[in-house]
Amino acid sequence: MRTSIGIPLVAAAVMVSSLLASPGQAGELTRGEMLSASCSGCHGTDGKSPGAIPDISGKSADYIRTSLEDFRSGQRDSTVMGRHAKGYTDEEIRLIAEYFERQK
Amino acid sequence: MTHLTRRNFVRMMAAAGAASSVLGWPIVSLAGKAEGRVVVVGGGFGGASCAKYLSKLAPGLDVTLVERDSRYITCPFSNAVLAGLYDLDYITHGYDALQQSHGVKVVHDSATGIDPEAKTVSLAGGSTLQYDRLVVSPGIDIQWGAIEGYDQAASERIPHAWIAGSQTMILRKQLEEMPDGGVVIIAAPRNPFRCPPGPYERASLIAHYLKQAKPRSKILIYDAKGKFSKQPLFEQGWQALYPGMVEWISESDGGAIEGVDAGNMTVQPTFGDPQKADVINLIPPQKAGAIAHTAGLTGDGAWCPVNQRTFESTVHKDIHVIGDAAIANPMPKSGFAASSQGKVCAMSIAASLSGQEMPDPSYVNTCYSLIGPDYGISVAAVYRMGESGIVAVEGAGGVSPKDASEAFRRTEARYSVGWYQSITSDIWA
Repeated sequence: MRTSIGIPLVAAAVMVSSLLASPGQAGELTRGEMLSASCSGCHGTDGKSPGAIPDISGKSADYIRTSLEDFRSGQRDSTVMGRHAKGYTDEEIRLIAEYFERQK
Repeated sequence: MTHLTRRNFVRMMAAAGAASSVLGWPIVSLAGKAEGRVVVVGGGFGGASCAKYLSKLAPGLDVTLVERDSRYITCPFSNAVLAGLYDLDYITHGYDALQQSHGVKVVHDSATGIDPEAKTVSLAGGSTLQYDRLVVSPGIDIQWGAIEGYDQAASERIPHAWIAGSQTMILRKQLEEMPDGGVVIIAAPRNPFRCPPGPYERASLIAHYLKQAKPRSKILIYDAKGKFSKQPLFEQGWQALYPGMVEWISESDGGAIEGVDAGNMTVQPTFGDPQKADVINLIPPQKAGAIAHTAGLTGDGAWCPVNQRTFESTVHKDIHVIGDAAIANPMPKSGFAASSQGKVCAMSIAASLSGQEMPDPSYVNTCYSLIGPDYGISVAAVYRMGESGIVAVEGAGGVSPKDASEAFRRTEARYSVGWYQSITSDIWA
């Protein structure tokens, strides 16, 4: 028999989920991690760059999001970042920014 | 009355997860820990990336990397070695970090056979490895015999240098020994082949070396194609840095090479007279690495057909093929693309072995080419899974601007070195 999920139960589950959730917890495969893996090729694993390309690990999500949005709009000059940033939606940029903020 | 069975609880939590993501809270994963044995064959850009990211994404997995050589020499930056800008050590990477820091078991041996039914890989050393998922990342093999007179013996005299290492050093030595005023021929193949801008970066950096050491010399690029990657940027760069030194001969002007004579050091174009040279670098047609053919993963062709979302072979179940050996167009056969595919493949395997939904794949390519040590150009693309395969995101990507300033080219040259340091550390460190 199919059980319908009542609103209070969903609300309870949401509360439970927000209590249990710690982003990037072991075993959890997230879209943020998938998207961010694209950045690591040039910026280093988890954004830790060993060379001339800027290190983005642990930078504030606000800073990364604003930078990507400004690269995308052309408001901020770049060599290659404008070409990359145009490939991501606002939501994807937010997930990327939040991922790298967590990498200390 | 509601019975909260496990199944319903999972459903409910999934609904809650969706609701919470809408509200901006993170989704809780309900899936178990990933368990299983993954064997990765080939420790280059694709395979080593996949092994490292498998361990990173799912530390519970038992990951074994099978690699013939104790160290890996990259094709990226091997053109800079040819030009004398770096030595071979600079482009050589070991497997210690993968073993010691990332928990990957590294076995230095060659895979000689795959049994997709028994799910085993046999190794030249005599042992057999059991897998739950197998990743095959063998890179390229040369299609010996595709160019008349070109076999392994001839490649000692006429190097391809398209698999870096001893071949790179043969070509470097020949460039050092050739006379001033000599002729270098670079013969580029038809598509698809490893590293589309590679032959033209090679011509550029050899020109950089010759301009200083033997300035009266000339470079002829014989091309089996009518156009090539980043062509306007390369031609502009040659004009700026090496006027009169590099000449490109298109397929329609007799650029396609059908034979070579290693004894007389000549190439034979499909039409026109044979051309003699002091140094010949023949980049021949290529195919997926040997194990892909042995295991039947290539089907009827030279490369391996795959599901472009997971990189699982369309020939054999639970075997994934990534990198140059896989058919992943519109992604080019580049080290960067191979690494990106290795990560997507790692995500798909980790998801599958832990009962999770794989996040939608996101792939990327970024390739720098040095026209001179202070003159860099790039091409970039962002890819998603479309209805029937990988598609480049419209409006994103592309090449460096045509009429950029000297400072722009210098910055891209600096980023080119940074790119190399980052990607090699992302894979082997």
